[in-house]
Order: sequence, then C-alpha cells, then structure tokens
Amino acid sequence: MVLGLAVFAVVFVGILLFASLFKGRVGEKVQAVAFVGPTLLFISIALIYPAILTIRRAFYDGKFFDLNFGSVRSRGKFVGLENFQLLWTTPGLPDVFRNTVFWVVLVPFLATAFGLLYATLIDRARGEAVAKALIFLPMAISMVGATLIWKFVYFYNGDPGSNQTGLLNAIITKLGMDPVDFVGNAPGNTFALIAIMIWIQAGFAMTVLSAAIKAIPDEIIEAAKLDGVSGVKMFRFVTLPSIRSSVIVVLTTIAIATLKAFDIVQASSGGKLGDSVLANEFYNRSFVTQQPGLGAAIAIVIFLLVMPIIVFNVIQFRKDA
Amino acid sequence: MSTATPPPVSGAVADVAIGEAAREDALPTKRRRGSAAGNAARSVTSPWASVIAIVMALAWTTPTFGLLVTSFRKQGDIQATGWWQALSTPFTLSNYSAVLSGAEGQPPLTDFIVNSFVIAIPAVMLPLFLASLAAYAFAWIDFPFRNLLFVAVFALQIVPLQIALLPLVTMFQNIGIGGTYWSLWLSHSAFALPLAVFLLHNFMKEIPASLLEAARVDGAGHVRIFFQVLLPLITPALASFGIFQFLWVWNDLLVAITMLGGNAGNGSNAPLTMVLNNISGTLGNRWYLLSAAAFISIAVPVAVFLSLQRYFVRGLLAGGTKG
Repeated sequence: MVLGLAVFAVVFVGILLFASLFKGRVGEKVQAVAFVGPTLLFISIALIYPAILTIRRAFYDGKFFDLNFGSVRSRGKFVGLENFQLLWTTPGLPDVFRNTVFWVVLVPFLATAFGLLYATLIDRARGEAVAKALIFLPMAISMVGATLIWKFVYFYNGDPGSNQTGLLNAIITKLGMDPVDFVGNAPGNTFALIAIMIWIQAGFAMTVLSAAIKAIPDEIIEAAKLDGVSGVKMFRFVTLPSIRSSVIVVLTTIAIATLKAFDIVQASSGGKLGDSVLANEFYNRSFVTQQPGLGAAIAIVIFLLVMPIIVFNVIQFRKDA
Repeated sequence: MSTATPPPVSGAVADVAIGEAAREDALPTKRRRGSAAGNAARSVTSPWASVIAIVMALAWTTPTFGLLVTSFRKQGDIQATGWWQALSTPFTLSNYSAVLSGAEGQPPLTDFIVNSFVIAIPAVMLPLFLASLAAYAFAWIDFPFRNLLFVAVFALQIVPLQIALLPLVTMFQNIGIGGTYWSLWLSHSAFALPLAVFLLHNFMKEIPASLLEAARVDGAGHVRIFFQVLLPLITPALASFGIFQFLWVWNDLLVAITMLGGNAGNGSNAPLTMVLNNISGTLGNRWYLLSAAAFISIAVPVAVFLSLQRYFVRGLLAGGTKG
C-alpha cells in the first residue's frame, strides 16, 4: 500500500511540476493537458476501451481463459447475434429477466415510498437526527453483510416441530402457521431478497427527500394554510409537487443501483435457487460457466436498460429547468 | 450562498445539494415555522404518525440488532433459542476470537481486515488526486473542447462497471498485475473517476471567480492557484467524496471477486467482503461464526459513517449514481 501510494504521489507531483514549468499562453494549454490528460487517458484505457471490447466480445464464441481480449488472435469464433439469442433460449435465463423486472420495479418504488413516508413523519419531530440515522445505517453496511443479517431473519428450521430461531418464522409459528423457507424456493425468494435491497435503499431515499422537504419555501406553506389546506391534502397538493424532481432523482438513482447490484443474490445463493438477476447472471456466465460471450451480451443488456432511465431523467430535468 | 434563505426547490437534487454544501451547516436546517410535511403529519394523524415512524424504525434496526445479539451467544444457545430469548443465557466473546484467529479451517479474519484497508486507502487517494486536477481544469482553465469533454466524462457515469470488467481483468493479466492490489486500485479508480470529476467540478465552480482572478493578478499560475487557493477551499468536498468512495470500496464485492478470481481462500489479497461471502457459503448455518464475522466487517464502515455522517450525507446529496 505504501508503495502504491508513493507511486501515485510521485506521478501526481510530477504532473504538477511539469505543468508549472510552462508559462504564458502556451503554458496554459500545456497545463490544461497536464491537469485533464491523466484522467482522460485513464478513463479511456480502463473504461471506454474495455467497454468497446465487451461489445465486440458479445458477438464471439469461446471460453474466458483461453481468450485474449486485446489481440486479434484466438478471439473465438464470430457467432453474430447468437449470444443474444441465447439470452432467450437458455433454460433459466427468461426467469432471470422476470426477476430483474421485479427488482427494478419494486425496489425503487417501495424504497422511495418508505423513505418519503418516514421523512414526512419524522420531519421536525423530536430526535429527528437519531431517527434518521437508524434508517440510514443500512446504507453503510455492505450488501454482503446486509444479506447475512437478513438471512438470519429469514432463517428456516426444516423441522416444524422444533424451535424457530429465525425471527420471521418464530413470529409465523407463534401465530399458528407453518414456517416458511423464505430464501429457498422460487419465486418467493426473489421477493425476500428484494426486501433486503429496499431495506438498504430506503435510507438513501429518506435522506434526499428529507432535504428536499426542508427546502420548500415557508411562503408556499403559509399561503396554502391560509387557503385552508392541511393534512393529507397539504402533502398531496403542496409537498409532493414541490419535491417532484427530487423524487424522480431518487427513483432513477435507486433503479440504476438495483439494476447493477449483484451482491445480494450472490451472497444469498449465488442465484442457484431461481432467484438470479441480470447483474448476477453476468458474473455467473462470465466466470462460473465460462461463457464470456453470453456474459458480455448480458452486460450490454444492462447498459441498454440503464439508458432509458437516464434519458427519462434528463428529459425531466429539462422540463423543470 | 450568503443569505440564509433555503435553496430553490425547482432544481435537481444536485443543484440543491451543491448550493447547500457551500454553506457550512446546511443539513440540520432549523426553522421556526412548520414545514409542509411536518404540518401534514401533525394535523391529521399525530399519534398514528408516531406509531408508524416507530414501527418503521424498529423494522429497520431489529434485523441488525438480532444478529449483533447472536454474535455474543454460545453456539448451543443460538441453535436452541431465538436471540430475543438471549437474556436468560450467558454471553460470550469466543465467537469473535474464533473468527479473528481462524476457526474451523477458516483463515483468520485479521489478515483480511488489513487487506481491506490496503485496498481501500489507495483506491480512495488515486481518484481524488486525478479527479481534483481534472475538475480544476474543467472548471477554471479554458481549453478547446472543454465542454464536450466534460459532458463525455459526465455521461460515462451511466456505464455499468460490468461492461468494462472482463476486458480489464485480461488487460491486467497481460501486463502482469492480475490478482494484485494494483488491479483493484486501478479498477476502483477508473470506475470512480467520472463521478468524482463531476462532483468536484461542481464544488469548484461554486468558488467565486474573483478569488482566482486576484490570485492571477498576483502572478500565480494554475498549479499555485490549485494548491493554495482551491484545494483548501474544497477540502469538505474532497472529504465527502473520499468517505463515499471509501464506503464503496470497502463494501465492494464484484470488483474484488472478479479481479482476484473468486476464491478468497487462495487469494491472499482478498478483502473482507469476499471472505464473508465465502464464509456465508461454506459455513452454511453456523451462525456463531457468521454473525461475528459479519459484525467485524460492518464495524469499520458503520464507524466511518457515524463519525463522518455529515460529510457523507452531503456527498450523497450532491451526487446520486455510483458504479
């Protein structure tokens, strides 16, 4: 680590010294290159170039470890759109798409709804900071850690007669019902995992929306009050329209994060129990089952799914501006 | 932002947050008069509002609390009774010592705690270095195609890291740094750069141009301005992004697992999350080890979050997408 930091520091100082050598109008240009250049170079080599290779990869056959992405030789057989066709014909993959749809629809809306509800309820309440921290804390926990926490809540003791040590099953059996294997069986396990993501993301929604609510000008509220608006109507006709753009930002941000999240499924079952999602399947296909072409195709699909969300977001901003 | 008026609502969160971040104590905004939401909650359903809020707070904290209690219980107790019955049974620290020193064929966790720090610290510093330079240039140096390049960098935020991951793994293997810390530092930095440049650029733009002009009149070049004028002023922004990136890298699983080859057992460079993921698979339902390991991995990010909450939340408000 020390070595790494030292190398980075030397490069950093070197750039600055180099840049400061030049003066005047030419110097201005050189300095701009010295300041922006490393970042652009870095991004091009480590982000854009690999992305282009991945796109190309999606049209080729072959295994992962006998392939050389960078060179022309041994890049596998050109198979056209076969990998994209596999997305629909491979057993299990259509289920992955279905699960992903559930994730991307349910997580943003429910997390935002919970966040908004909570932000509204605790606004200006006593102990607001503590109340916020409680909900926000799951954000700091890794998804792997969060999954473990919830695995314990979902814990299922196969023997219905004996004691259930998982919280949910303990409650269920107390109510006289049979215990449920929450994470074991499709399609129910997808919803159990979705609950974990909602648990993580609600804090984010709450924080942003709470800030937006506090930013509503007092005058608007006073005016509405004079008109006799209060309670739920106030929320529906004053608060909600005022924070509309923030709600959209939160929804899209969580949707994108959800689309790319792979840790929860990975830490739960690795996606083997019919609960896989696209991001997890990308990992499985690329590394576990050694179908990098299919993995690349899935990565492209994720990218294509992210795009409309972003475009929608940008259009909304234009409207507001 | 010299006045105390609340920032306009019309803008995106980013706008609001950037405006707010320029002020020192923006987040815990105190107001004398009621806000819309507060009024709504109070006037209709005050008792119900409190009940719902408390139920939610309980629902959000109980899972974590349950696992925490479990991590201090004896193996037999965990299997026999639920954690809510813990008061009747003695507590123990042996789960933690077992996990830390390596139990049941598991490598000791202490090694991986060190690994996580070794991975995270340079992976935070490098993008901060590079992005602050680039952000300065985008904000204050005039050069051809500046806006075009900035928009391009901004747009790269939407590229999911999955799409770059595999070629990066082979690229790193080809140049001989596959599976090393370097591969993790460099890939984390690359994935962080677009967002970092965007955020820091926004903060730098907030700084009054007159300050920079004054420095220029005094004969300072860009390098000196960057160091002596800009850097001290954007320290809060740097801290905010630093914490953001630290939590991200510390909690990351995907980049680590792909760069290091999936198996934490032989990868001596593996971070904590990767080991945790492995333990979760191999130890199955041995909750006395799992729960202790989970809490060790959670401790650092939660401590960072609680102590630096203000900066972190600010960074969150200024940004949005990540990954």
